[in-house]
Amino acid sequence: MAAVVDQMMKTAEESKGFSFDNCRRNAFMAKQGVTFPTARKTGTTIVGVIFNEGVVLGADTRATGGSIVCDLNCEKIHYIADNVFCCGAGTAADTEFTTRMVSSKMELLKLRTGREGRVISALRMLKQYLFRYQGYVSAALVLGGVDVTGPALYTVYPHGSTDKLPYVTMGSGSLAAMSVFEDGYKLGLDEEAAKKLVRDAIRA
Amino acid sequence: MALFSNHLHLPKNVDMKDRVADFWRDDAPIADPKKHTLRPIVTGTSVLGIKTKSGVVIAADTLGSYGSLARFRDVTRLMRVNDSTIIGGFGDYADFQHIMKLLEQQTIDDKVIGDGVYRDAPSIHSWLRCVLYNRRNKMNPLWNTVIVAGSTYAGEPYLGYVDKIGVSFQDKSVATGFGSYIAQPMLRKAMEENPDMSIDDAKRLMVRCLRVLFYRDCRALNRFQIGVVAEGQCTISEPISAETDWSVGANPSGYE
Repeated sequence: MAAVVDQMMKTAEESKGFSFDNCRRNAFMAKQGVTFPTARKTGTTIVGVIFNEGVVLGADTRATGGSIVCDLNCEKIHYIADNVFCCGAGTAADTEFTTRMVSSKMELLKLRTGREGRVISALRMLKQYLFRYQGYVSAALVLGGVDVTGPALYTVYPHGSTDKLPYVTMGSGSLAAMSVFEDGYKLGLDEEAAKKLVRDAIRA
Repeated sequence: MALFSNHLHLPKNVDMKDRVADFWRDDAPIADPKKHTLRPIVTGTSVLGIKTKSGVVIAADTLGSYGSLARFRDVTRLMRVNDSTIIGGFGDYADFQHIMKLLEQQTIDDKVIGDGVYRDAPSIHSWLRCVLYNRRNKMNPLWNTVIVAGSTYAGEPYLGYVDKIGVSFQDKSVATGFGSYIAQPMLRKAMEENPDMSIDDAKRLMVRCLRVLFYRDCRALNRFQIGVVAEGQCTISEPISAETDWSVGANPSGYE
């Protein structure tokens, strides 16, 4: 059983390194005058706050393609595990597929180890994946959850660096949201206060 | 971008003697000894302004940064022009000193003419826009954003913003630089929650915004002045500091 799961985990991300298979085709197409679709970015504010017993994650729901709002109600908080969730900013496809891949790996790990997953495992998987792609996978993530070690909140940047902080904001709205946090965060918040702080930060 | 870079842009395999400055060459045209402003040198960071029903509050810290060095920590970036106006300068401090000198001379000229007419805040705002736009058209900008806080001839509070490219507008709350990302949302939210803000409320709000700016802006200082234009009076406070709370950084963190 363990061997099978190991094998499944290995094939979960096939070969190392960026796959350059399509580059020649893309260059040819560009020469023919084909305009490529631009990546859909999310123009996002995502935030996370640690409070007494847990983590509150928040995100807005607007997705833009250029200056047009293409999705009024998109889900930016992705499921990683029952006790771990991840907000994503940057290129919508990148955040979606990266978090889905890590969610699968976490499930396989849970089956392998027989234990509830930890936030730090998801963090390691995400940062090692993003670093391998040297920033080309444009996913800026706020990863949060509660595990046996307690509440945990991290940010992951597209180049693979991570931060461990009591309150974080990412995305284009991050400075406005951070100003709300800096003004209102205290150690030892309770759940209602944390939720209100997150709401105010996203609204900023 | 070349205008703002701190590095010499020389190609790699080049013999220095081939790159002698143009004006040393025998066949060089007469070089223009004047230089156009390419980048700011000593800079001031955010200026914040908020307009309440009874007056206007403007605030700026007292730092002149030399790049990333906090070099001049006792610089006054707010200037009382006359009884009706205070201006605050963001950007190059030398250019702001030039603006201050021009305005000072203007105030003296007004007094000398002695016909009882003085310039109110909208006039000064207009005048600044003309000056800054003109300089921008000559491709030699005064590298500043100026906030004009004051009252009109009728006594109404007035708050205006002029940019180095001549963008100008009025608003109930204005902020320059980093302040527009960090403090402007706070100012707007406070005005929404409390449209009948008093001057004291506005001053307290300014202190809160400047504190958050000190937390998050690398070129800010926790020493600032607050200027108030209300009831026909202009005052700029002595430099004060906000209380800061660093306890959130106390827990040892690391990066994972």
